[in-house]
Amino acid sequence: MFYTPASTWSQMLKMGEIQPSDIIHIYQKRSEVVEKQIKGFLNYFETPVRLNSGQSDFQDIPIVFKDNICLAGYPTTCGSRILAEFVPPYQATVSQKVLNAGLPILGKANMDEFAMGSSNENSAFHPSLNPWDLERVPGGSSGGSAALVAAGSTPWALGSDTGGSIRQPAAFCGVVGMKPTYGRVSRFGLVAYASSLDQIGPLTLTVRDNAQLLNVIAGHDSADSTSLKLPAEDFGRDLGKDIRGLKIGVPREMLAEGVDPEVRTAIEKALGVFESQGAIIAETSLPRLKYALAAYYLIATSEASSNLARFDGVRYGHRSARASNLVEMYTQSRSEGFGDEVKRRIMLGTYSLSSGYYDAYYKKAQQVRTLLIQDFQAQFETFDFLISPTSPITAFRLGEKQQDPLSMYLTDILTVPVNLVGIPALSLPCGFDSQNLPIGLQIMAKPLAEAAIYQLAQAYESATDWHMRHPEL
Amino acid sequence: MISTESIKHIARLSRLSFSEAEIEQFTEQLGAILNYVDQLAELDTTGVKPASHALPAINVFRDDTVLHSLSQAQIFMNAPETEEAYFKVPQIMGDK
Repeated sequence: MFYTPASTWSQMLKMGEIQPSDIIHIYQKRSEVVEKQIKGFLNYFETPVRLNSGQSDFQDIPIVFKDNICLAGYPTTCGSRILAEFVPPYQATVSQKVLNAGLPILGKANMDEFAMGSSNENSAFHPSLNPWDLERVPGGSSGGSAALVAAGSTPWALGSDTGGSIRQPAAFCGVVGMKPTYGRVSRFGLVAYASSLDQIGPLTLTVRDNAQLLNVIAGHDSADSTSLKLPAEDFGRDLGKDIRGLKIGVPREMLAEGVDPEVRTAIEKALGVFESQGAIIAETSLPRLKYALAAYYLIATSEASSNLARFDGVRYGHRSARASNLVEMYTQSRSEGFGDEVKRRIMLGTYSLSSGYYDAYYKKAQQVRTLLIQDFQAQFETFDFLISPTSPITAFRLGEKQQDPLSMYLTDILTVPVNLVGIPALSLPCGFDSQNLPIGLQIMAKPLAEAAIYQLAQAYESATDWHMRHPEL
Repeated sequence: MISTESIKHIARLSRLSFSEAEIEQFTEQLGAILNYVDQLAELDTTGVKPASHALPAINVFRDDTVLHSLSQAQIFMNAPETEEAYFKVPQIMGDK
């Protein structure tokens, strides 16, 4: 029962086939059994948080939030010691929307500290584990959210994606994850990592659920000046439509060296499924793509070094007890409160913004970003979609990449270009490797083409049964 | 390559303090990352406008009207130390 998609729950509730309290009970029972194995929650609410007046087609269907989304009155730690005691006095816009829709919130999910990481090992509290293999990571940074959906602890969850933090854990855990167009979903109340890249998005069991949850959270918000002013739309409106004649480009650089052969084979087979449904597949090339990761790590860390300057021990967050003057208090509070990866990224960002290096690093990276935006725009004049693996590899072992930050960064190589360019992209289960670990397929499209992505993704999902397979826990 | 002196300078700018062993580790790790990002130099970007955002960003204004804001109690609820309506911090200037 716990792998019932939210859209199915919604129908069953309408038909009176199940009571709201039964649904909550099913997930609470499930967490009792599996949570000690996967450790997906940072904060589990014994009584789910909800707004009794909230109403929608999905009322009474529970959800989980990544712990960087402010829920007024409940701790929001961002996976960090520096925010361990922080209780937001205000509601994130997405939290308000979810509450208004009548969804009970089961808890807050684990994450890499400040959403910086690809494995969940950077959580200041504990790592979450991959439900498919408990010796492996669930991916990151929204690893708790992905693991909880894959384990059947919640029918769906919210994550955030700055360089792949929804899509990569979705791929590692075998669920559906969407990074919407930049500006689709309000960032008000999302703890900032890299403001020009961050987007909140859904992690779900099915493509339909994903479109439905995006319907709940998307929309203009005057509290976020980067929020797009667009009329409301139904992201599921094209589900079930024929994909005949749609053009899919496959950038050869995204299937090249570094991509695991089993991952490549799974993607090639998936392309065959699209082709058999009438889509037109062609190889294409993005020769400047190889610079995206370097540009991403300079831009993201520069923005992070600026955003995280607010953690100074003055107004909220950890304050060191060992300081005798103000500068010492800033320095001690930050040094005690932040973990190694966050410090590394603040240092890298501060360096790239510092006098004498700004032109060679930050400005150069922004210029490369312009070129990548142009390159993707040119692709979308020919193609409706671009397809690649979500991650070059499947879930790796705990500790495997912890000592070598650059090797960890390299696992993001296929997801970061999407954030730099601001386009929507979805990760979809497309098979398993020989160790029974899920493989994810990434579908990218031009800005605002989420409905088309869902159409294509569902065409594949309806022809395959990967989304019906679940880990044994 | 980046020197340990530069790392110490960046740490001061970042308001972070490290042990000598950590400085050594960061010098090595940041050196490897900078070595990787240096490949951007291969790309000719003469005359290319830098992008601060992926989508066209414009200034967003609203009418200058009073909207709901947080109460004083809400603003101070996470403060480590307060006095009356102030955030309290250790000594800022001069000797004790």
